[in-house]
Amino acid sequence: MRVTTSEAAVRERLTRALRERDAEIADRWVELQLEQALLGTDISEAELREEADALIDALVSGLESGVPVDRVVTSHTGLHEAVVRLSMRRARGGATPTVTSLAVLALKEALLKAVQRETRDAEELFASAVFINRLMDAAGALSFETYVEGREDIIRRQSQQLMELSTPVVRLWRQVLAVPLIGTLDTARTQVVMENLLQAIQDHEALVAIVDITGVPTVDTAVAQHLMQTVNAVRLMGADCVISGVRPSIAQTIAQLGIDLSAILTRATLADALAAAIKLIDGPGPDGDDGESR
Amino acid sequence: MTAPRLAGVPILRLGDVLVTGLLNELDDGAAVAFTEELTERISGSSARGVLIDISRLEIIDSFVARTLMELTTVARLLGARVIVAGMRPPVAITLVELGIELVGVETALNAEQGLAALGWRQAPDPVEGSRRGAGR
Repeated sequence: MRVTTSEAAVRERLTRALRERDAEIADRWVELQLEQALLGTDISEAELREEADALIDALVSGLESGVPVDRVVTSHTGLHEAVVRLSMRRARGGATPTVTSLAVLALKEALLKAVQRETRDAEELFASAVFINRLMDAAGALSFETYVEGREDIIRRQSQQLMELSTPVVRLWRQVLAVPLIGTLDTARTQVVMENLLQAIQDHEALVAIVDITGVPTVDTAVAQHLMQTVNAVRLMGADCVISGVRPSIAQTIAQLGIDLSAILTRATLADALAAAIKLIDGPGPDGDDGESR
Repeated sequence: MTAPRLAGVPILRLGDVLVTGLLNELDDGAAVAFTEELTERISGSSARGVLIDISRLEIIDSFVARTLMELTTVARLLGARVIVAGMRPPVAITLVELGIELVGVETALNAEQGLAALGWRQAPDPVEGSRRGAGR
């Protein structure tokens, strides 16, 4: 019981210190960060000051909300957001996670200094120090977590861009489309390739789609499976599919693995595939069927 | 010809080719009615080809897929060739992912190419004109 009352008192004192000495605390924090080179990014002093004011405001409203100190950083929306925004900004600027969370933790010292001006009692100061530690450690941890999430977000976006970049659909001839595949064909890429290809088939009213696998380093059973899926989807749309760029080593692998690609028209080079595609378009005549006879 | 329940979509006869389509609100009962009516029409009109346009279908479940495969088999037994035309890209992807490959069903990109594959031709000029009109 005594602990909670003293914690409430400590909390009240810290809140008061934050509200009354906000400018002082912000100044000290900015100073500390500049001193210890905790920026890791070229951020101006004015921006730092802005960040500090925002975080201190959020701390005040967080402490006034009455949420227990262990959870206030994670569950108080305003405070959570302030810490996340600060960390995100640093992460985007290229600061390392250590430096970013150390910068957040440097606020501890500024806070302690402010409390020290309020009271000289050793026991009270100790209680305040413990309280500030618990509060700011959570903020430091959150900052680290946000940083990692921010980086992962960047990686996700880049791999998405890479995926879209590496799967263009080009029109080779009247009613003939080609997809030059570069890199491994995993499930996610198969999905993108299929979506792009089928949409292009519909848009161009294409009759033949050539999937060129010259740039695919290896063909295993999974890749073969994905190729089959693509071919089947193209056929369901009512077009034909030719696979080209089967290198000798890949042909051997396919044979050794016992993958059955006999239902698919394959050619060694893109040029051969184009010739085959043109023959497919012109060849069968008005009522020759396409696809099923093979 | 007395059908107990009509399919809800018209089945048109163009020469020896029957042309019809499926709408998105296709429940199992409607699918059965459609199969029955189409089968009767094939045998009644001794059609040589059937074109089923599915460009309005936004989803094909396993039941509709089976209906299409059965229709193809039935029509073949009655001497007609079925072409399913105009499947949408998302539908094709979903079918492939579900492992339903519509074995034995012939497909065409759109109704026009399906009809051409069935050997049904119109005079070239109107075809070009109507296509251009539809494209805009």
